[in-house]
Amino acid sequence: MHGRPRRPDKPEDAAAAEAKAAKLRDLQAQVLRNHHDRTYSKEALGLSFKLLEINPEAYTAWNYRKLAFQHNLGELSEPEAVKSAIDDELRVVEVALRQNPKSYGAWYHRKWLLNQKLAPVDFKREFGLLDKLLKVDARNFHGWNYRRFLAKFMGVPEEEELKYTMDKISDNFSNYSAWHNRSILLSNLLIKRSKGFESKQKIFSEEFELVTQALFTDPSDQSGWFYHLWLLAQTSSPENPQLIASWPSNGAKLSLSSSSSICCYSLKEGILPIVLYFNEPVKGLSSSSVNLNSDLVVGKNIQWKPLSVTDSGHSNCWVTYLEVSNLEYSSLQQFSVEVSITNLDEIVSRTGSNFCCPMHFSFTVELSSIDSTDQDTDPIHDLISWDFLDPLPSHVNPSCTRFELLKITDASVHEESNWHLERLSDEIDLFRELPDDNSKFAKLTLARLLLACAAIKSRGSSLVERKGYCEEALRLFNDLIHLDPSHKRYYEDERSLVLVDQLTCDMEAVKKYCSVKVLPKLAPLNHVQLCRLSLTRIGFAERLLWVQILDLSHNNLRSIEGLESLQQLVCLNLSNNQISSFTALEPLTKIISLKVLDLSSNEIGTHPIDTARYICPSPFSHKVEACEAFEECLKKNINVEEFWDAILLFKNVNLVQLCLEGNAVANKEGFMTLVVTLNPSLKWLDGACVH
Amino acid sequence: MGDGGELAAEKHVRYIVTVEKKKDSFESLVMEHIRLNGAYWGLTTLDLLQKLHAVEADEVIQWIMSCYHPESGGFGGNVGHDAHVLYTLSAVQVLCLFDRLDALDVDKVADYIVGLQNEDGSFSGDIWGEVDTRFSYIAICALSLLHRLHKINVQKAVDYIVSCKNLDGGFGAMPGGESHAGQIFCCVGALAITGSLHHVDRDLLGWWLCERQCKEGGLNGRPEKLADVCYSWWVLSSLIMIDRVHWIDKDKLAKFILNCQDKENGGISDRPDNAVDIYHTYFGVAGLSLMEYPGVKPMDPAYALPLDVVNRIFLRKEH
Repeated sequence: MHGRPRRPDKPEDAAAAEAKAAKLRDLQAQVLRNHHDRTYSKEALGLSFKLLEINPEAYTAWNYRKLAFQHNLGELSEPEAVKSAIDDELRVVEVALRQNPKSYGAWYHRKWLLNQKLAPVDFKREFGLLDKLLKVDARNFHGWNYRRFLAKFMGVPEEEELKYTMDKISDNFSNYSAWHNRSILLSNLLIKRSKGFESKQKIFSEEFELVTQALFTDPSDQSGWFYHLWLLAQTSSPENPQLIASWPSNGAKLSLSSSSSICCYSLKEGILPIVLYFNEPVKGLSSSSVNLNSDLVVGKNIQWKPLSVTDSGHSNCWVTYLEVSNLEYSSLQQFSVEVSITNLDEIVSRTGSNFCCPMHFSFTVELSSIDSTDQDTDPIHDLISWDFLDPLPSHVNPSCTRFELLKITDASVHEESNWHLERLSDEIDLFRELPDDNSKFAKLTLARLLLACAAIKSRGSSLVERKGYCEEALRLFNDLIHLDPSHKRYYEDERSLVLVDQLTCDMEAVKKYCSVKVLPKLAPLNHVQLCRLSLTRIGFAERLLWVQILDLSHNNLRSIEGLESLQQLVCLNLSNNQISSFTALEPLTKIISLKVLDLSSNEIGTHPIDTARYICPSPFSHKVEACEAFEECLKKNINVEEFWDAILLFKNVNLVQLCLEGNAVANKEGFMTLVVTLNPSLKWLDGACVH
Repeated sequence: MGDGGELAAEKHVRYIVTVEKKKDSFESLVMEHIRLNGAYWGLTTLDLLQKLHAVEADEVIQWIMSCYHPESGGFGGNVGHDAHVLYTLSAVQVLCLFDRLDALDVDKVADYIVGLQNEDGSFSGDIWGEVDTRFSYIAICALSLLHRLHKINVQKAVDYIVSCKNLDGGFGAMPGGESHAGQIFCCVGALAITGSLHHVDRDLLGWWLCERQCKEGGLNGRPEKLADVCYSWWVLSSLIMIDRVHWIDKDKLAKFILNCQDKENGGISDRPDNAVDIYHTYFGVAGLSLMEYPGVKPMDPAYALPLDVVNRIFLRKEH
């Protein structure tokens, strides 16, 4: 019941309402009886007509009419008679649509009839009906669906339909349905490279002009803004996927303990991760597309795994774990590894375009001290507190040389697309001049344009320009937070990404937040401290692949997606954030070297609604088999229904230290015992020794 | 209008119980063919308000089973009406509420749904062949609740839904169909249940969805449309599934829903001061549940059932 005013029943209406109800009750009963008795007489059909006129949603009556139509058709031989039977049905639909233009049953009845292909369709009548309907309600999506159905049914060229959307948009710019259909048709025409649609650049330039006209006419109308965003996405994304970072980087020298090389903590367990990071999700990394060459005899079955929370076939970040534990390294103290992407066609983005720049890098690994590191004296096994790290004296930065080695691989530097930049610059100029200063859409769009430009100008001499774009975008997001407080946290999330971008865009910027932690028997660990920066989420993980100790405390993080790429991470401080569930920590299950985790003072256990429930693999999404995951817990009488999320997390991490105090969940009965049971490797829980 | 105040839970319970008995009004008769949906809306609301015991479970189940078509395995919207997946899901959901799936011939019902999958992975609503992503959701949700999801071609089902994805990040009823919050719930829900949310551009769709919040705090279903209480469910549940629900102003939305209550006679309407109905009463309370309103049980955003019911189905020992 939509749009009916609330009012008390008037007594004089009661009688009329009763009569109306009685009539409908009789009709419904009679139609159902005829349906069950398979009575398809003219009179019986008339009753169903009457019913559908009053209540077009009575679906069984439509089914009944279809049965009757099929039944009676058998007795008709003259084409004229068939045509008249069809006409009867079409008329019932029209009458029903007059009562309810959004009746699913009525619209489908019409499609069903046409699909029978019993007689030529009078397309003039069909399009006429549609014109009338869309004049009354230009947004009726049933009408638009039917229009697409008809166009396909009679083979109307998409160019023609595109003109129709133009007519509708000219009638009224505020017609989201027409803009939508336009985006669908244009995409198809561009993919097919139909005549007149060969040049994406020409078409999109024209579309930008068209939509800008609409936006300037009424900046408060949403329709055009969404279309503009689509155009922007088409204009700013590169055509082919690119590799933007790797760990180790080219020329790196790795070991576990030598202070003149880069520490790789997982070598302790005989594992060496290699990470490749692309600018967009790709699939197809395998031992056939990526060639690993080494004096170390690595197993033939090299497996590349996607590192993404949703774990699809596509991912920005891919990892392979080389096993180096079974080596007879008495004869081999050092080995080198060469990585090259050879089979470019196999690595493909979601849109189907393939990787196109051959890539090659190499690094060396020193194994000398693996076996001499005694488990019991692993420094990570001592209680680590987060205030131990003295800031580096400003005049020295011992990590400097190593950071140079960790630079983003250059193999992927791509040619800046001049058209993209020009187009974006034009738009930026336009929006900077938009007179309506308080249009939130104008500000947001300008911020997006600036960031799209910044993303293209990511290198070399353009870095200054990039920083300028980021600054301006940050100012816009700050304005928006005040201008449109209802969507404050959307703008904060967008701002957070720009902040991380700023903090990490070059080594000079990162150094301010860097230091090293020297622990006995280990090479120095890289430490990055991004605290009290109002971060709500993480981006640009490709620039942090080398981080081993990460302090993100005292932010407003509610998601840590992206951290799964940080395969070198040993210690992570997330205290004093807004993490509200264990499911939100799922990225941590992908970090094999993680040993120390501080989650104190978050919101785990406070919220009954878990917003990461379907982001994280679970039995509800059929990504985890409940019986396998929980069997042991059930045996131990652990309450699986209450703690399934904690179980799934702790089963898949190998922590030595954990802090959970200051979370509501920590006060739940039996929970801390459960944590200790689930984490056999745990030595420290909330600062106390447990094992 | 004015201040909606607090949730008039007791009034709503009374409204639901009486609507159930008022079968003879014109309004009820127009809805007669979807009474099984009505049962799901009403009973789920009762459960969310912790008052499911206000109805006689055996009576309800008996009536539900009287809508069953043993020859096909589907349910009609009411006694004597044809079978359709729309009502089959409601039947399954209500039986879940009462923990009485044992009343079903589970494989027969599952096979009815399985039989409606088309070659391209889409689902028809019934034997007459109407195709819509709503039916994809229904099929996937019902089969999952029955532990029979493996009986369909899940990959094809997912591929079809993905083919209905639009350039604004939303989903339509069929390929090319315009994005609509109800349809988005169906597609995102189906992708969530099949562990396929990676097909969703969460930032793009999240922004589209959070822009559904209108000035008065309520949510609409498409750009430039009026706010309506029912979208409190469709939009909020979708936003939760993609972890972007913090992008809207929950306090303003809760106020909008509470303002749509009939505080005298119970029930919630689509907009303030409009006539109440069971559909909007359910969506209003479900929306408040998703916003963690005190005293309302939390709901699962994908299966559209109380969280404890869903957890029981997927986590308890027998499975």
